[in-house]
Amino acid sequence: MLQMTDVRKTFSTELVATHALRDFNLHVKEGDFISVTGPSGSGKTTFLNIAGLLETFTSGRYLLDGLDVNQLNDKQRSKIRNQKIGFIFQGFNLIPELDLYDNVDMPLRYRGFSHSERKRRIEENLERVGLANRMKHLPSQLSGGQQQRVAIARALAGDPRFLLADEPTGNLDTQMAQSVMALLQEINNQGTTIVMVTHDLELANQAKRKLFVKDGCAIEIAQTGHTITGQKPTLVTI
Amino acid sequence: MFHYYLKLALLSIKRTPVLSLLMVIAIAMGIGASMTTITVNYLMSADPIPHKSKQLFHVQLDNWDPNQAYNDEGEPPIQLTWIDAVNLMAQKKALRQSAISQSSGVIELPGQDVKPFRASIRLNYSDMFAMFDMPFLYGTPWAADAEKNNEQVLVLSKELNTRVFGGENSVGKTLRIGGNNFRVAGVLDDWHPVPLFYDVNMGAFVEPDQVYMPFNLRAPLALPLAGAHICWKPANSEDLMGFLRSECVTNQMWVELPQEQDRLAYQDFLANYVNQQKALGRFPRPLNNQLLNVMQWLENQQVVTDDAQIMLWLSFMFLFVCLLNTLALLLSKFTGKSGEIGLRRAVGASKGDLFLQYLIETACIGLAGGLLGLALAFLGLQGVKALYGEFANKLVSLDLNMVLLAMLLSLLTSVLAGLYPIWRACNIAPASQLNSQ
Repeated sequence: MLQMTDVRKTFSTELVATHALRDFNLHVKEGDFISVTGPSGSGKTTFLNIAGLLETFTSGRYLLDGLDVNQLNDKQRSKIRNQKIGFIFQGFNLIPELDLYDNVDMPLRYRGFSHSERKRRIEENLERVGLANRMKHLPSQLSGGQQQRVAIARALAGDPRFLLADEPTGNLDTQMAQSVMALLQEINNQGTTIVMVTHDLELANQAKRKLFVKDGCAIEIAQTGHTITGQKPTLVTI
Repeated sequence: MFHYYLKLALLSIKRTPVLSLLMVIAIAMGIGASMTTITVNYLMSADPIPHKSKQLFHVQLDNWDPNQAYNDEGEPPIQLTWIDAVNLMAQKKALRQSAISQSSGVIELPGQDVKPFRASIRLNYSDMFAMFDMPFLYGTPWAADAEKNNEQVLVLSKELNTRVFGGENSVGKTLRIGGNNFRVAGVLDDWHPVPLFYDVNMGAFVEPDQVYMPFNLRAPLALPLAGAHICWKPANSEDLMGFLRSECVTNQMWVELPQEQDRLAYQDFLANYVNQQKALGRFPRPLNNQLLNVMQWLENQQVVTDDAQIMLWLSFMFLFVCLLNTLALLLSKFTGKSGEIGLRRAVGASKGDLFLQYLIETACIGLAGGLLGLALAFLGLQGVKALYGEFANKLVSLDLNMVLLAMLLSLLTSVLAGLYPIWRACNIAPASQLNSQ
């Protein structure tokens, strides 16, 4: 589904070149739930942005559903983001002046769905995250956990095959974080592939696969179900 | 998507009311200032008789001083001598033609309490009414025979008929002017050409004449001269007839020439006439006749004043400054929207989608600025009226064209101001914008 081969991302100025990703290799299969951990500045978010076609890369190859994304123009990349990828951010990124209905509606508008189809999807997904009765509320009237659920509903509204979550529980307390994690697992169980960047090792352990990013390289932790504390990361050839 | 973008635009404007208001005010001030001056210039340079302005020609012959041209540009005088006006009229070479001249007289209303008052008189031929499409409320122009027989007839303006006869049908009634009785042949309906093209000597933005009389009555009734009369050599005698027979110019002449060949033929006719007069010892200067249609004539007479044109350019410069201010405010606004832009890009909006969305938002601000600008333009025009008084009365109305132009200008201004900020916002990498949320 997603295959990155020797992907490099270098941010250059006149004086210095910073390598955010170097020879980054990863193969994500349909239905995977991958957690991505690593120290700050290791390249986790850069990887996620490249995976979500929000950022270009310096060299290497990235195939998404067999399509070489380097060959795509802005419109084609936007279309893929709209149809195949859903995003969940740490800061929820809801538009404050739009109610929940209109926030979830956002990706559907760019998809060109009819009014009735959009309505069905919005209601269905707000129902799925338990907020159907608060459709006309503004984000500011919700708790952090509820706002993140709205963001998840928005990410799911277009039926993406691929969900990218950047610290989705970073702004939530433990209980809410666990509730959001449970929701993500439920979504994954229904077939959506998820890649989640997190600092929370406990949550990371709940993913099917665990990826550790260090100095711009991907290191996969071999087995799930075990804590990674004290274990030496295993470099996996992908 | 247009309705969606419109909804987002209105929400966004509500979200930043102060910034939006500042932009609306900036655009409104620019539009208000420029629309005030554009309106004045537009009305000054309007075609007063659009359906036939290219068929009506002002006649000029150069009977001036052999040693000094009439003006620095070497043009012929704008008026004709009485002799030439009468001679040209007698030839009847145009479809319609009228020599015209100004006079004035005191109107006496016997048996009434109204005091005598002075009225402006236009001496003309009856062709003038049809030639200038002057509408009649009552009666008709006087007959051609009336001109030949020096009948004392007249046509009144609607305003004067209201003042003198209470607005009734006064055809056939008698009016005493300057000690002579005149029979009313007709009453004009509303007729206020702007500019008052047929005689700009006393200003192009004044009310039309109040009384119209046959041109030929000047001599027998010794009607006083009014308006401009200029001489390059003294008259032979000081009485009216001496003046009329001199080389002093005091009459104008208009002819209607529907086709180009008519104009060429009339031009030839004028050349022949002047050459005949040269043989009689007149017209010492080289042949220098001029036939200008209405718009050429108004341009020649510089009806649009230099002041008005300078003000127009100053107001455009002010609009440009307002545009720069709006641009800066939009830069600030869209910088503040970077998070939303990143989010929309992430959920599938292309640069083009966002460009259109924010262009519509900018256009909404522009339209609001245009509406407020129209109100300011209205106030500006009232200011012009207060400053220039009667002269400006005809120049201070906003018609539908001006309203549409104001809205178009504000739309264009706001879109121009928005292009760079929107382009800049849409071209920042979405990832960095998301991080800024």
